[in-house]
Amino acid sequence: MNYSKQQLAAIKNLLYKIADDQLIIGHRNSEWTGLGPILEEDIAFSSIAQDKIGQSFHVYEILHSLGENDPDTTAFIRKANEYKCCHLVEFPIGEYDFSLVRNFLFNHAEAQRFDMLSGSSFEPLGKLAKKYRGEIKYHTMHSDTWIRQLSQATEESKIRMQRALDDTFNLALGIFEESPEFTTLVEMKVFDGENALRDKWLDVIIPKIESAGLTLPQKNSWKPAYGGRSGKHTEHLLPLINEMSEVFKIDPKAQW
Amino acid sequence: MVIPNFKYDLSESTSRKDIYKALAEIMDPEIPTISITDLGIVHDVKIVDKFSVEITLIPTFAGCPALKFLEDLVRDKIGMLGFRNVEVKTTFDEQWNTNMITEKGLEGLKKHGLAPPEKHDGLIQIDILEKIKCPHCGSVNTALKSPFGPTLCRSIHYCNDCLNAFEQFKPV
Repeated sequence: MNYSKQQLAAIKNLLYKIADDQLIIGHRNSEWTGLGPILEEDIAFSSIAQDKIGQSFHVYEILHSLGENDPDTTAFIRKANEYKCCHLVEFPIGEYDFSLVRNFLFNHAEAQRFDMLSGSSFEPLGKLAKKYRGEIKYHTMHSDTWIRQLSQATEESKIRMQRALDDTFNLALGIFEESPEFTTLVEMKVFDGENALRDKWLDVIIPKIESAGLTLPQKNSWKPAYGGRSGKHTEHLLPLINEMSEVFKIDPKAQW
Repeated sequence: MVIPNFKYDLSESTSRKDIYKALAEIMDPEIPTISITDLGIVHDVKIVDKFSVEITLIPTFAGCPALKFLEDLVRDKIGMLGFRNVEVKTTFDEQWNTNMITEKGLEGLKKHGLAPPEKHDGLIQIDILEKIKCPHCGSVNTALKSPFGPTLCRSIHYCNDCLNAFEQFKPV
């Protein structure tokens, strides 16, 4: 298919958002390796990290086929303001409750995103989406189980889960920051847009939050943390990129 | 009966048969009792000319670290058949799932001490991960401990009868 310059830019922007979210949250998840509260959780977070970073690689490969740099260079060598990830994924891992609730909110957004994209007219992404849906099922399964269990365990765990939800919810709403060119994507039937995605996401997470006994923040307090999609990031992103790319930058031409 | 996803006609030519036979001897680097053909990840074999062949693989998991290693194994193995140019590609044109593992492949998983994946219709629900048959004693009085294990493709379970932990090659 032949795309106009404007259409191609819109597709690339979508791909960058998806891959950068996966790369950064994947890196954050990997920070639990060796620190998980129990061995199974250590393994779970490490496996989820491996999945997400692996998934980002194939999205960067599509970008490469569209004329962008190769995946390693794209992942490691850009300036912070060239990343398109949302603020939610940038935050340090914090306490375990924060990381779990973040994963819960992010994983369901991703699951819905890839569900929508599996019918995308942009075939390379549509095919990946079909593949990723199955893998992400295990990620949502993991976070659902823990949200349910910890929200109904002890007084302390309930308080912690509610506080984590209150702290992460506006960040999670920032996932759905619409890009100016989204009408192009909708017209081309590549992607139905972030607003449509947010509505699907809310339909999925609200019943889960309620059945866990947690309270969704009041709608009048919703203040989505926007900026990430246009390269305006929190102070947490730059140190993360520096750490992530430290080894690569020693010798960018090294063969691995 | 599982229909293997080999797209090659074995009667077509000797070379094709030889390639298939050679591929069937390549074992999964993480599970040495199952071949890559039984795993169902060989998508296509295309003989370009006398010296060149293109082999397309489909990844089990997007983040599987064995994939690059496998590409090298395939390149070496098929190169030994006399092909000078062996191109190994990866595609997502077809999405791998555990229903594509052959009967022989499922037996291979058992030999490695893994419970084979349940057949599914594309929708994985948590209940199909519960009550997995224990590969040690055959009991189904088992519980899922974690949907993640030592490799991306395995989950961890516990048998309440023989009191052993075991792993399943998890359905995707």
